[in-house]
Amino acid sequence: MDVQTLTYLIVGLSFALYIGIAIWTKAGSTKEFYVAGGGVPPVMNGMATAADWMSAASFISLAGIISFAGYDGSVYLMGWTGGYVLLALCMAPYLRKFGKFTVPDFIGERYYSQAARTVAVVCAIFICFTYIAGQMRGVGVVFSRFLEVEVDTGVYIGMAVVFFYAVLGGMKGITYTQVAQYCVLIFAFMVPAIFLSVMMTGHVLPQIGFGAELIDAAGNGTGVYLLDKLDGLSTELGLAPYTDGSKSMIDVFAITAALMVGTAGLPHVIVRFFTVPRVKDARSSAGWALVFIAIMYTTVPALAAFSRVNMIETINGTDGKGVAHEQAPGWVQNWEKTGLIKWEDKNADGLMYYGKGKIEDAAAPNEMKIDNDIIVLATPEIANLPAWVIALVAAGGLAAALSTSAGLLLVISTSVSHDLMKKGFAPNISDKQELLYARIAAAVGIVIAGYFGVNPPGFVAAVVAFAFGLAASSLFPAIVMGIFSKKMNKEGAIAGMVAGLAFTTCYIVYFKFVNPTGNIPANWLFGISPEGIGMIGMIVNFVVAALVAKLTAAVPAHVEAMVDSIRFPKGAGEASDH
Amino acid sequence: MAFESNEKAQGYWRENLRLVITLLAVWFVVSYGFGILLVDVLNQITFMGFKLGFWFAQQGSMYVFVALIFIYAAKANALDKKYNVHED
Repeated sequence: MDVQTLTYLIVGLSFALYIGIAIWTKAGSTKEFYVAGGGVPPVMNGMATAADWMSAASFISLAGIISFAGYDGSVYLMGWTGGYVLLALCMAPYLRKFGKFTVPDFIGERYYSQAARTVAVVCAIFICFTYIAGQMRGVGVVFSRFLEVEVDTGVYIGMAVVFFYAVLGGMKGITYTQVAQYCVLIFAFMVPAIFLSVMMTGHVLPQIGFGAELIDAAGNGTGVYLLDKLDGLSTELGLAPYTDGSKSMIDVFAITAALMVGTAGLPHVIVRFFTVPRVKDARSSAGWALVFIAIMYTTVPALAAFSRVNMIETINGTDGKGVAHEQAPGWVQNWEKTGLIKWEDKNADGLMYYGKGKIEDAAAPNEMKIDNDIIVLATPEIANLPAWVIALVAAGGLAAALSTSAGLLLVISTSVSHDLMKKGFAPNISDKQELLYARIAAAVGIVIAGYFGVNPPGFVAAVVAFAFGLAASSLFPAIVMGIFSKKMNKEGAIAGMVAGLAFTTCYIVYFKFVNPTGNIPANWLFGISPEGIGMIGMIVNFVVAALVAKLTAAVPAHVEAMVDSIRFPKGAGEASDH
Repeated sequence: MAFESNEKAQGYWRENLRLVITLLAVWFVVSYGFGILLVDVLNQITFMGFKLGFWFAQQGSMYVFVALIFIYAAKANALDKKYNVHED
């Protein structure tokens, strides 16, 4: 069977599995359409959370980003895992004891204020919309390569599938479907990584092979370690050594912090911990989620390093001079068709050469444009793996995109129908109208995601940084202060959220949209890039909140009592219905 | 009130805070400390074929994060039992 047929087969089978599970779990009762899975065991919930968390962007792009960034890429690895420690230790058990089911619910009640709730709703909706925007591009890229259509057409196909899937899956179905999607995506990610690790270092575990000695075709050690080889190759090409990076220390620190804190403030992650049976389970569930995430995230940098050595040697040849284009392996031509690889023979010698600088810059020696996404998508071909592995990667990328989109659509629809309409502007709407708003919100979410999928000029990456910065500077401080400080009042919390939000928004909008040419380290505040500014936004939030709270009225007694009661597990109610 | 006395309630919260702060200190040291601030110093040391600072940034910190959450879960559950505020 050829790759095309196998891809249709494997992707088709995986879709059949998800739809089957959606139908099977939905069968209980109609009420469960609106239940996201009250009473999901912690291991299962952890797995679903991991699938929800690992998006098409992290499945397809992350290894590529790290492959090109080297040490600097560590910000994503630590940032997107370290946030779970904050979630588990500072938020999840208390929010589970609180027992309501959305982040704005908590903020609204803890700060006894409709205004605080509205600020939280706006943040939550904006964060989810920006986040889902990045998803469709990933789906489009996968479809375009494996169904051999344009990326834009791939995006439209993806929009149709996600729409159909989110409506059919219902809310309850999502959790168990995500468990299946996790299994598909992790298998699809690990198989090529393990193959490459064995091929290049003889170690089965990529995490070990990452630090190991390279072997030759006969399986004998070459005496050269993978990372030393990479540092050497990078230096030869005139780039910073792979293990050193080129970002300033303060910027690496700030970006890591903004991503960690932002992770802990993302509504679609937090909401996961409202649905476990007991407070105890909220604690361990975060641990399980991180186990399942770490399986992939510790493999990602290994895959990044393997692929980089492979890629440089394929293009520049073992002598480092370049390889004739007509002798390039099939994957180079395959991916040139999609536009993700470009070759421009600047010196007209017929040889491909990857090096320093941008392809557009005529003076730079570099003749290749290699998209980040290639690293994962082309790995099976680079390593000459069987056709079923290529098909599997397609299914894995789609599983990652679908699980994240479904989770985000769930939060968008509950935020709009429950938080914004029912508890906000239109408290008297019927259940039926509430459901209608939920569906409209989901549809709008998909359309916006599709728009950004078709028009992604670097904009999506900026917008995703925005989502994290926003979560870090608004929701996270408000939630943590709500739990750990009984003195924090509504005036303080609202002032803090608004100040953190305004500061972070202005900084990012200024450097990304108003004055993008001025977006250089010399102009940054303390040398912190817009990606890392959420850390400062968070500090602004904490400081403003503390000052304002000191100068305004004390917290009412019943709210203090509520804070006392969420601080220990005893008496926690059933997992909430939603 | 689930606690036998106010002192017990305060004692529970104090012990809980101490646990959280200790674990967060470790969390900070392995990621921001070893992976970022001290990375150049640790990179002088080789560990399983890695420069140690680089290893903490791309591998080690994540393993420690996982361990921290499970240690927290176990210790917090034990603390609940000690003060008799666990779930039934």
